[in-house]
Amino acid sequence: MSRLDFEDVTVRYGHHTVLDGVSLTVPEHQIMGLVGESGSGKSTLARAAVGLAPLSRGRVLLDGRPVQSQGRRRPIQMVFQDPSSSLDPRMSIGRSIAEALPERLRRAPQRAEIARLLRLVHLDPDRAADPPARLSGGQRQRVAIARALAGRPTVVLADEITSALDVSVQGAILNLVREMQRDSGLTMLFISHNLAVVRYVATHVAVMAAGRIVEQGPTDRVFAAPATAYTRKLLASMPGGGPRPGP
Amino acid sequence: MRRRRPEVLRTPLGIVGITLLVILALLAVLAPLVWGDRATATHTDNMLAGPSPEHWAGTDNLGRDILFRTLVATRLSIVLTLAATIFGVGLGLLLGMAPLLLPRRLGRLVVAFVNVLLGFPSLLMVLFLAVILGVSTTSALLAIGIAIAPPFARLVYALGAGVAERDFVAAARIAGVHPLRIMVRHVLPNIAEPLVVNATVTASSVLLAFGGLSFLGIGVQAPQFDWGRLMQDGLAIIYDNPLAALAPGVAFVLTGLALNLTGEAAAGTFGAKSRIRTTRSLTERRSVSPRSNTRDADTDLVLDVRDLEIAFPGPYGPVSPVRGVSIALRAGEAVGIVGESGSGKSMTALAVAQLVEEPGRVTAERLTFCATDLRSGRRTAHDALLGTSLAVVFQDPMTSLNPVMRLGSQLGEAARRHQGLTRRQASARAADRLRAVHLSDPERRLRQYPHEFSGGMRQRAMIAMGLMGTPRLIVADEPTTALDMTVQRQVLDLLQEIRRKHGTALLLISHDVSVVSSICERVLVMYAGRIVEDLPAADLYTQARHPYTRALIGAVPEMTTDLDAPLATIAGQPVDPRHVPDGCAFAARCPRVTDRCRQEEPTLQAGPAGTVACWHVGDPLPAETKEVAVG
Repeated sequence: MSRLDFEDVTVRYGHHTVLDGVSLTVPEHQIMGLVGESGSGKSTLARAAVGLAPLSRGRVLLDGRPVQSQGRRRPIQMVFQDPSSSLDPRMSIGRSIAEALPERLRRAPQRAEIARLLRLVHLDPDRAADPPARLSGGQRQRVAIARALAGRPTVVLADEITSALDVSVQGAILNLVREMQRDSGLTMLFISHNLAVVRYVATHVAVMAAGRIVEQGPTDRVFAAPATAYTRKLLASMPGGGPRPGP
Repeated sequence: MRRRRPEVLRTPLGIVGITLLVILALLAVLAPLVWGDRATATHTDNMLAGPSPEHWAGTDNLGRDILFRTLVATRLSIVLTLAATIFGVGLGLLLGMAPLLLPRRLGRLVVAFVNVLLGFPSLLMVLFLAVILGVSTTSALLAIGIAIAPPFARLVYALGAGVAERDFVAAARIAGVHPLRIMVRHVLPNIAEPLVVNATVTASSVLLAFGGLSFLGIGVQAPQFDWGRLMQDGLAIIYDNPLAALAPGVAFVLTGLALNLTGEAAAGTFGAKSRIRTTRSLTERRSVSPRSNTRDADTDLVLDVRDLEIAFPGPYGPVSPVRGVSIALRAGEAVGIVGESGSGKSMTALAVAQLVEEPGRVTAERLTFCATDLRSGRRTAHDALLGTSLAVVFQDPMTSLNPVMRLGSQLGEAARRHQGLTRRQASARAADRLRAVHLSDPERRLRQYPHEFSGGMRQRAMIAMGLMGTPRLIVADEPTTALDMTVQRQVLDLLQEIRRKHGTALLLISHDVSVVSSICERVLVMYAGRIVEDLPAADLYTQARHPYTRALIGAVPEMTTDLDAPLATIAGQPVDPRHVPDGCAFAARCPRVTDRCRQEEPTLQAGPAGTVACWHVGDPLPAETKEVAVG
């Protein structure tokens, strides 16, 4: 069981309402895409789920229970947009991953666990001692994903995890996300402003605008027959503006 | 990794500072052991004597040797300085970190408290505390420590708050790491450098403050003595024996100098890492250019670049991120450059705009913009031309607009300088240009600051700035990468509209093939500093021959991508410009690599559409990449 429910979640900063009564269910063992323009509140929704944004109303439930935000066991993990700022530049990648392990291990089992996680994201375990500066952007994002998985989460929130990367690397990260989900049955909230990316990884999609969910449903249905003008506008703005003629 | 000499020790300043510090430390340890007795031995028969071969700096009112006393006082002076500094810095660290750890409201209270303390002049505070706490060495130490704590706390808080906002701290919080642990492990190491520098400089003012208190008689009490006390003793007899006051004075100066020089040198080495030089490099004539003027310049060309090379000096010889790139753009033509990070595409754009930073060197067989040779050294002569006829749009409009200037002044600046417009004319033109980029209510926008704009609006303002003149060429480097899809569409449409209306040429740089192909007529694909394929955008998805181009296309998911197949990826890493391999640079990552590719570098040859640099142009396409072509 690993269903994530947002119930009437409202976040206000001063007089500015960022999230306005959002109710959303991320179905278990599925990837749910969350699309919308900047400022629509996508990231804040994810941050609210892990206690980084204060709720002024509503609640976030994991399998019907309030999300635990104290102690070392955190069932919800998050991967951030920019891997160069989400890894401590002064810590080796191995230590960054070790920090997220839910229990303290002895040296040898810890090293084995780090190696397992690095292999899981297709990185050479021998690089555990490297600082993030020695890694490329795509490799750093793999480390960030490994760190999120180290906490043995049941839900992973991915906030624009490919938008700071080159397109050539983006493809590899997207393949990795799909592979992870398929192998471990993770529940995932995948935030992106790129509809084609969301279409590729997510089975369900929710469209956000101005702090509210305007439309949600299975990805193929929403993208093939959008119910709102806003979703249609988003679809129309994709480069190329539609299917490209074949050869 | 091999340990290198600390950077502080690589500057003359640092060497002098550290050497002085080492000497002082040795003195502090050894002087009381070696000369302790002679410094305290009283000789009533030889009081207040002047300098002599036995007593180089003379004797004091009890006949004690002043030079030895000064040397022996090193220990107490330095120990007190260090103790007060450590106490003050420790207190400052606590006060500075508290607001980051405490609940929000309590934290604000601490910040307010520190701010109030900052309002008092520190010398006043020292005197005040020294009087309240009573006259003793300990109370002087506490007083000075407390006085230096608030500014240090402020620094810790300001720097710490900056680091605490970063994602890696958020990630640690999500991972359930204890806040105190986050502070010690993530925040402090990342702000340590400026803190160390500040602490060193603070130490030198503590030395002086302590000396001052002792001099005033409220610091070190007899029979103990530090330099401040010796100075006071010496002052009484300064007319008889000036050295009595000068000797401790010199000690003060040398120690202060040692601390300040070390701090300065450390600050220099830390600062150098983040400092960027903004001098513009001169474009030079190529040393080897036998064919320099053999081909006539095509007068239709807005931009004509041939064999462009950019080199930066490196520890093992020059590094060339761009190697022999040629681009020609006609009026109204839109050409896109695609490639991964590090392929040299942005460098090429910077070279065209004459913005390559020192110590970069730009060489080219031809580098002509609007029939003007940009290679000649008189760059001031080109300023007016580039200022009015070339517009540059960068990826992040927030960093390319000055945050403290109103938009109106920024837009007007270039027009007033290059076109000689008055303030009023410039403002009217700016409003008109903002209207041209479809920003609503332009007059009001001109009075606003960049932070009041959204990302898309800033990017449009940036384009409007380029349109203040009548540009013949717009160089746009990843203009939409930081923007949403919807805003990206608007910005691309805007560039397209300007091009159609004014016949402006467009050089669009992007890592995203779909962006480039949606508005450009021709696409240049760059890899490892070279153009590897040049073809019409319309043929990109069907006729691209270079394996790298095909992989770039396949890596981008589109709304029609097959959901059951994994996306195409490019194995391995982009080429490091410092180690460009022989043969085809793409060979190591190429699925079709043969021995020839590793030995001989392919040149651009005519392909089915455009030109391509690959030995396998003639081979039939493998099946798996054919599938990609449909997407």
